[in-house]
Amino acid sequence: MTGSNTDFLLAVEALTVSFDGFKAVDDLSFYVDEREIRVIIGPNGAGKTTVLDLICGKTRATSGSIKFRNRELTKLRENEIVQAGVGRKFQTPSIYDDLTVFENLEISYPRGRTVFGALTFRRDAAVRERVEEIAETIFLADQLERRAEFLSHGQKQWLEIGMLLIQDPDLLMLDEPVAGMSVSERVKTAELLHRIIRDRSVIVIEHDMKFVEDIARKVTVLHQGRILAEGPMSDVKANPKVVEVYLGH
Amino acid sequence: MLGDYTPDQLLSIFAMQGFAGLILFSVFVLMALGLAIIFGQMGVINMAHGEFMILGAYTTFLTSKLFALYLPALFPIYFFVAMILAFIAAGALGMLVEWALIRHLYRRPLDTLLATWGLSLILQQTYRSVFGAREVGVELPQWTMGAVSLTDTIEVPINGIFVMVLTLLITAAVGLLMYRSGWGRKVRAVVQNRTMAGAVGIDTEKVDRMTFGIGCGIAGVAGSAFTMIGSTGPTSGQLYIVDTFLVVVFGGAQSLLGTIASAFTISQTRSTLEFFTSGSMAQVVTLLGVVIILMLRPQGLFALKVRR
Amino acid sequence: MPSAPAPATGPAASPAARDESTLFDTKEWLAFALVAAVILVVFPLCLDAFRLNLVGKYLTYAYVALGLVLCWGFGGILSLGQGVFFGLGGYCIAMFLKLEASSAANTKIQSTPGIPDFMDWNQITALPWMWQPFHSLPFALLAVVLVPVLVAFVIGAAMFKRRVGGVYFAIITQAVAAIATILIVGQQGYTGGINGITDLRTLHGWDIRQDGAKEMLYFVNAGLLIGCILLAQFVKRSKFGRILVAMRGKEDRVRFSGYNVANFKIFVFCLAAAFAAVGGAMFTLQVGFMSPSFVGIVPSIEMVIYAAVGGRTSIFGAIWGTLLVNYAKTSLSESFPQLWLFGLGALYIGVVMLFPDGLAGLWNSHAQPTLDRLLGRRPTPAVQGPASGATQPATLPPQTAAE
Repeated sequence: MTGSNTDFLLAVEALTVSFDGFKAVDDLSFYVDEREIRVIIGPNGAGKTTVLDLICGKTRATSGSIKFRNRELTKLRENEIVQAGVGRKFQTPSIYDDLTVFENLEISYPRGRTVFGALTFRRDAAVRERVEEIAETIFLADQLERRAEFLSHGQKQWLEIGMLLIQDPDLLMLDEPVAGMSVSERVKTAELLHRIIRDRSVIVIEHDMKFVEDIARKVTVLHQGRILAEGPMSDVKANPKVVEVYLGH
Repeated sequence: MLGDYTPDQLLSIFAMQGFAGLILFSVFVLMALGLAIIFGQMGVINMAHGEFMILGAYTTFLTSKLFALYLPALFPIYFFVAMILAFIAAGALGMLVEWALIRHLYRRPLDTLLATWGLSLILQQTYRSVFGAREVGVELPQWTMGAVSLTDTIEVPINGIFVMVLTLLITAAVGLLMYRSGWGRKVRAVVQNRTMAGAVGIDTEKVDRMTFGIGCGIAGVAGSAFTMIGSTGPTSGQLYIVDTFLVVVFGGAQSLLGTIASAFTISQTRSTLEFFTSGSMAQVVTLLGVVIILMLRPQGLFALKVRR
Repeated sequence: MPSAPAPATGPAASPAARDESTLFDTKEWLAFALVAAVILVVFPLCLDAFRLNLVGKYLTYAYVALGLVLCWGFGGILSLGQGVFFGLGGYCIAMFLKLEASSAANTKIQSTPGIPDFMDWNQITALPWMWQPFHSLPFALLAVVLVPVLVAFVIGAAMFKRRVGGVYFAIITQAVAAIATILIVGQQGYTGGINGITDLRTLHGWDIRQDGAKEMLYFVNAGLLIGCILLAQFVKRSKFGRILVAMRGKEDRVRFSGYNVANFKIFVFCLAAAFAAVGGAMFTLQVGFMSPSFVGIVPSIEMVIYAAVGGRTSIFGAIWGTLLVNYAKTSLSESFPQLWLFGLGALYIGVVMLFPDGLAGLWNSHAQPTLDRLLGRRPTPAVQGPASGATQPATLPPQTAAE
């Protein structure tokens, strides 16, 4: 598993993963710049979520390399990848149901991450201010004491986005952030995403084409674990292979 | 320790211990088959599994008494009737337990474990109240007594052979049921995707109840076979529960083949070690070995690699 | 402190209500004071020496229950092998006491004087090497905690680093309990076998069998238990406690919040083992023996019911649950031994199916509102639901909530 050192923030090279012979991701290479916003699209089963799983360490690569700031991620544990600066939002809201909104955000605050650190962690003014600031951003300022379990679906999605924001990652990976939301929630989320993607690199998986066109400069189309097309949205849309995959069979 | 024996003697020792191990293997396989179905297919830890086995043993005991009293002429074949009754009794109790207890706890595996432990205590006390605290032995028909001599030094008891043949037949039947029958397909469908299985018209509740019932029924048959090689007491089942769980986990919970292979490995190791050390040390070494291997390879011997 | 719902006016108002700098909130203060008063004052005043010793014995199990609350209630890690740690702690101190009781003068009728009697019976003629250091009391006291913690660390590290959890962990710990019992019973020359280590007399010349000594030991035991309660409460109130709860529900997410989940699990498992070990040592001192009957599968799983009856996420409930179950066991199993097993069996089923939050849950849903009404207080939101913090005893386990 070697990959060349690059100037890219993220360099994925020759990445392959197979589940009992089935190659969900097959010899995949792509690069993400600092502050780039990359959208990955593709039909169901194209391997989009698996790519994110591989980058964040949830799934182990069979071969290939993933370099983040020239640091090999495939050998790191999930928590080390997070500490290196990669944040991941899951497809279904993944939050701590039994804790309050405040506690959810506090746990994600990047301090006191060792056993000893967690035992001696103090909820000081800096923590409170940061939590409240993030809560304001994700429209949950008046819900801080509520148990996360009782939030609406959209609010849960926002909370998870907030949990990522408080980690302040350099690379943010979002898996269908507006899926399952009401129209008004969608509008608010789009606005939220626009605000938070400014200062960092972002990889987004999304089906909502209007949303994609809105934010993406570069789109990667995956099909059967390989890259089918890559480039600006207008080019990709005009690409006959992409049209074929999406419309005909 | 091996140096004290001649090669001939060693061969005989290994052969005899091997056969002794095969009988242990049979009990393990029968116990583990039921457990593997319940745990592997449904994800339920049934701590009362040993008590279902003992129910089968007591059923066999009662049947032998009944035949001796009322149908002495048919006594030689009572055992076959007893096995069927054991399956029905344990299976019916299993379905009742699934209905009353297990189905409320499907999403809480650790709680199921505690609840079924409670059930096992209640069953043990019931057996003690009904059959007494002393162990009972089953009178075996004449034809199962005796042994077949293979060589001068190697003898194989007939009841052991009988239990093994029985085990093979039941294992084959379970294999056919799970992988070749429509019912087995339904079970596997429910395991893989409960919601979807329900949506395509499978009565998932019924499938669960039947699966649990069949798993317990097989435990009952195991109890029936168990009476041939040991005596039955209210807590006899508990002695086997840990070993059986290890057999199932060691084999990789969802693989019937794995269950058989792991039962074979564990019983043979234990039986061979038993000759050279004390019985308790053999058990310690075997269990410890299994635990250590499981720590190194938690998915068991046979496990599929899937995206989780 | 009952957390009030944050006013909608703005977040600035809420932080004051979320003060986590103190060890207890008001309600917990009361619960703690009640436990401390009952075990330090009420029991010693109301019970005779025999019964006080009996309660002291019950309280040694409360250490185990306390550890299980942290490990299982908060962290979702069910260990069915806590008896092993209880036993290891108990055996470590028993070995010291046994050596002191087996002085050459006391054992001159043996064929090898100066070694424990059971070794002599098993034709052992010299003290085994692993017994040698137990001549020293400081070593024995250190071993009480360190040996079980080391065992827990090895098991925990092996299992949690490889992400074995849930029922698999439960089964493996149960197998460990089985192995430990078989080993102790089988190696009777070194361990005293099925009878255990008995006939313990003095601790540094102080006769622990006298009533006065037993009373003293009761207070030592009660004091240590209160120390452990405070420690458990500290863990619960720290961010560590909240991470445990987070892990119980969404282990993966905790990893993606940047935590090494295995280390947290290992720590809490070791802490629970240490608690159990202290309990075991105090058992040996107060009751005067230690045997494999506290190590195996059956006692280990019985210890789980103490925590479950008290309420698996309630630190104080663990103490009450232990006392209640053991009191019922003593009174029932003396007069109606058959009834006891039925009762215990029903208890497992009942507590899982009907009262998953045990006594603490019943208290929070029934007694507390009544009490509040009587005192003319508005029922606190902690009891009502949505606003309650996850660390409140009233919280349902996640599985229940999922149904």
